Amino acid sequence: MSVRRHTVLPGFGFAMGFTLLYLSLIVLIPLSAAVLKSATASWSQFWATVTSPRVVASYRVTFGASLAGALINMVFGMLVAWVLVRYSFPGRRLVDALVDLPFALPTAVAGLALTAVYAREGWIGRHLEPLGIQAAFSPLGIVIALTFIGLPFVVRTVQPVLQNIEAELEEAAASLGASRWQTWRRVIFPTVLPAILTGFALAFGRALGEYGSVIFIAGNMPMRTEITPLLIVTKLEQYDYAGATGIAVVMLVASFVLLLSINGLQWWSRRYQDA
Amino acid sequence: MRLSTRLAGAATAVAILLASVAGGTPARDQGDVTLLNVSYDPTRELYQEVNQAFGRYWKARTGQTVTVRQSHGGSGKQARSVIDGLEADVVTLALAYDIDALHQHTKLLPATWQARLPNNSAPYTSTIVFVVKKGNPKRVRDWDDLVKPGVSVITPSPKTSGGARWNYLAAWGFALRQSKGDEARAKDFVARLYKNVPVLDSGARGSATTFTQRGIGDVLVSWENEAFLAVKELGPDKFEIVVPSATILAEPPVAVVDRVVDKRGTRAVAQAYLDYLYTEEGQDIAARHYYRPRLAKVATRYASLFPKVTLFTVDEVAGGWQKAQARHFADGGVFDEIYQPGR
Repeated sequence: MSVRRHTVLPGFGFAMGFTLLYLSLIVLIPLSAAVLKSATASWSQFWATVTSPRVVASYRVTFGASLAGALINMVFGMLVAWVLVRYSFPGRRLVDALVDLPFALPTAVAGLALTAVYAREGWIGRHLEPLGIQAAFSPLGIVIALTFIGLPFVVRTVQPVLQNIEAELEEAAASLGASRWQTWRRVIFPTVLPAILTGFALAFGRALGEYGSVIFIAGNMPMRTEITPLLIVTKLEQYDYAGATGIAVVMLVASFVLLLSINGLQWWSRRYQDA
Repeated sequence: MRLSTRLAGAATAVAILLASVAGGTPARDQGDVTLLNVSYDPTRELYQEVNQAFGRYWKARTGQTVTVRQSHGGSGKQARSVIDGLEADVVTLALAYDIDALHQHTKLLPATWQARLPNNSAPYTSTIVFVVKKGNPKRVRDWDDLVKPGVSVITPSPKTSGGARWNYLAAWGFALRQSKGDEARAKDFVARLYKNVPVLDSGARGSATTFTQRGIGDVLVSWENEAFLAVKELGPDKFEIVVPSATILAEPPVAVVDRVVDKRGTRAVAQAYLDYLYTEEGQDIAARHYYRPRLAKVATRYASLFPKVTLFTVDEVAGGWQKAQARHFADGGVFDEIYQPGR
């Protein structure tokens, strides 16, 4: 009710109604179908499925590798965005376009390509092997794949914000006696932080559900490099729809809670910055 | 509630509309007819040739033009698509377990489907062999060489791949016969074998890539027809096939999906399509794509291609697919026990 009073734009009812219908058709109804399907199992069956050691190990792999991938992207995605916005160099547009490639490439192709490069006889794997690092067919391989597919999210969310920071802001900081580091830390970083967090959340969420690229590079060893989406496929392969959707529901709830808290963090950082 | 009914109604209407567009004219008219053959991954080239040959055969006999569309993917995934409503007139899958599922989950065909065609409804067979690097540097000759320390074996996960279940049961059957039916020793054998597997790909083609392209592993356990293709495509100077002393008779079955053909009016042509696989022509095409033919006449023609080997069946070593699935591949089965922590 208070919403209605605050809005000055017309057409709130129509827009809101459409939004709800759209979200229901595309997101809510399919997801509730998953929940309903998992409800065909009894509570104890459900619990036994989602807490079995192998499934728990896969949560660790999936959430751990997704987090690692998203954190790497947070740092290096920011760096890439910075370079693309702040410097002009020959071929910048080309590099800019390259960033989107992980979006466009079918994930299976990405997985095959990454495996080819990072396997024992691949271009990069060949040099990692003597150092005792096994990249493909190990948890590290999963992190590599998830970093690859998550890269554009951080770059593309941070880039426009960096672009919009006015030079006057930095000049003002400098004229007030701030060092370059202080300007970055106190002026620029707080401005882009919400965008970085958004990019992080997107990359993380995308990584949680990734299947196509990971199965090629992971090696899929039970307890060690099995991701949760693979276990869902494994259950389906046994026509165990209830078990598969059970695990899916756990993923769904966990992802939702995580994304919600990241959104909360972002909201908080924005408020903190305004204050 | 009312909304959901209405939605369901709308969905049905759309589905009917799509079906009528896709299905075209029913077969009863003397016009064109289309069939959908839902199959598994390695049969793509086989059925491309079968479909063209069958088209000519059917045209000559009835004057009707038949177009057979193909769909390929993992065997289990394909069966699930059919269960979820993909209108397959015939299914040609990797194992009987996946066609059984069509009966169990949706009653698309009767439980007795496998007895309706000769030879357990498997018009062609295959078996499980080894692919090794040229010269066989690790001297792999038989299944017991695969459990030796230092031999790295590539096979997909039987949890996700139909073909891998044949691999597993071949090893199991070999060990069972060696130990005169001692299941504990067979279990130990497969456990040791899978300890030598460094990568569990999700499908047979993935494993072939790991072995041939990534250079990982000493032995690839593979369908015989896939092994022939790999050696042919990648060069006999790089890889060679080793046939073990005894292995499993892999019977990829075929079936008409009753509920679909009755609805679409395509039963006669679908049935003829499967029967065609058993004819001399059909058998010859199968043999050319490295599937072992059933027909003695064709088998003798290709005798030099397929080495003679002692074959055992799934029924002999595991009591059929339903039992094999429950005992070995279901959650908590023998295959899972291999990977229990602390073992």
